[in-house]
Amino acid sequence: MSDTPFRIGFLPLVDAALPILARELGFAEAEGIDLTLVRDMSWATVNDRLLYGHSDAAHMLAPLAIATTLGLGRPATALSVPFVLGLNGNAITLRPDLATQVTTVGVPGDVAVIGRRLADIARGGGKPLRFGVVHRYSSHDYMLRYWLIGCGIDPDRDVEIVTVAPPFAADALATGEVDGICVGEPWNSVAVDRGVGVIVAVTSQIWLRGVEKVLAIRADRLGDGDAVHRVIRALYRAGEAFVDPQQWDRIAEILALPQYLDGSADLIRRAMADRILFAIGHEAVHLPDFMFQHREAANFPWISQAAWLYAQMCVAGHTQPDQADYLAAQHVFRPDIYRAALRPLGVPLPGASSKLEGGIAGATGVGTTQGRLILSADRFFDARSFDPDGLSGYLKGFDPA
Amino acid sequence: MRIAIIDESPARAAVIEEGLRDAGLHDVRLFVDRTAVAAKLEAYSPDVVLINLANPHRDELEESFALSRAVARPVAMFVDQSDSAGIEAAIDAGVSAYVVDGLKKERIRPVLELAIRRFRAYSRLRAELDEARNALAERKTIDQAKLLLMKKRGIDEPTAYAALRKAAMDSGRRLGEVADAIVTADRLMGDL
Repeated sequence: MSDTPFRIGFLPLVDAALPILARELGFAEAEGIDLTLVRDMSWATVNDRLLYGHSDAAHMLAPLAIATTLGLGRPATALSVPFVLGLNGNAITLRPDLATQVTTVGVPGDVAVIGRRLADIARGGGKPLRFGVVHRYSSHDYMLRYWLIGCGIDPDRDVEIVTVAPPFAADALATGEVDGICVGEPWNSVAVDRGVGVIVAVTSQIWLRGVEKVLAIRADRLGDGDAVHRVIRALYRAGEAFVDPQQWDRIAEILALPQYLDGSADLIRRAMADRILFAIGHEAVHLPDFMFQHREAANFPWISQAAWLYAQMCVAGHTQPDQADYLAAQHVFRPDIYRAALRPLGVPLPGASSKLEGGIAGATGVGTTQGRLILSADRFFDARSFDPDGLSGYLKGFDPA
Repeated sequence: MRIAIIDESPARAAVIEEGLRDAGLHDVRLFVDRTAVAAKLEAYSPDVVLINLANPHRDELEESFALSRAVARPVAMFVDQSDSAGIEAAIDAGVSAYVVDGLKKERIRPVLELAIRRFRAYSRLRAELDEARNALAERKTIDQAKLLLMKKRGIDEPTAYAALRKAAMDSGRRLGEVADAIVTADRLMGDL
């Protein structure tokens, strides 16, 4: 029997690793999937290809999958997320002269303190600071906004937030088009290496377990699930390889290929190993939670993650709180498909589908339907937590005083 | 109807513009330069924006539409949802579109169909051009390989050509590939 063809669209980012490795390390083939990767340069194109059948699934920003389902900015098409491609892996990079005013250059600092110093500058009456994020409906946008709000900066009044596609983020810093960027790797490191930016925070310092890219599929094309299940198993195996230090050199070489990231294997390897060079001329610092692609069931699509993102969309004014929308947004994440696909592998499967986000203070065993699973701390920098059953109360906490 | 064309390829944009003008649509403007395109677009306030599907700056553009929705005229994504065949044809041809909300689909469809035809014609043209260019490059490489063989082995041109052809047939490769291997090897080995 010939392999089932399956196409996945992606943008050249380190967190597109799992679909790329599922193909290149033979995991897809082992599942009888003939996997093709379709590279694009903007999320709009990745989304168009997914919606109109050029691809079967896409490496996608988690909030964009929700926005597309809700019909924000384009006709609504229901998407499903049966697998999370990774947590965090993004950073906030400022132009060097601004960075020196808010942080000790070269080392990670307390993001609450850095944010307060930034607030003094942002409200100091000068030209408004301008930040570039990769997309309106991106975790980058919502994570940046969450941090700014938590530090007393109104993201819509005190600063400007504009969209810059990842491959152009370092250029935008260099030309002064923006004062800061919040983007995924390797694009922060590209800015650092060029000397046009200094990393002041990584997103795992804002939320230890922030949901990032997902595998998105049209809800009406899930079919009988068999091909999707096999793809999920191949992605899971790719995740195991991604966190194996023995394989990092080889994996970085693969990701750096022209048809994938078309970039520097050194920079990619640095991100994979959670080693961050905050500024040129300094030592790389190891931040173990920087990119979280596999451990602690990181690929499990918690419904509470989708709920948190919906809450942030409401806080940002990108949509108005609505119960039907809230349910639709949560239904985008499909832990049931994840469990069905991975049960045959005998890997740990969380028993619950939702959790209190930001509610875990230290290593905690959680209930599973199979295997043993320990989740470690998942706190937010401002110690707030999010209960998916208490949306309106949570949103009240963001009302202007 | 006012139409904006955004494309990183000035040649393709010109081909589409010409097609629209031939069809009697004269209020058309090209936006090839990325700088401040959002502001320029807002000033022009088009009814339809045609853009190449793979344009790397579409996310910035969509963001500017989302913002202008709050203050100026709404720009909604794409044609009527019921016209999915039309949308798929456009995506296949490599063109995407943004349309002002409320514009009747009977008015948009001919514009989109025209753009699709022009995009396809342009792709065909490009493919033919690439083919011609490759054929020319290949002939040059074959001539070079022939000369090398003639010089190094002291044989005449027909013998050199026959040797090349035999090597190609024996290895199941194209003549151009064998010639390329010889030229590359010679460049690497030098006078060894």
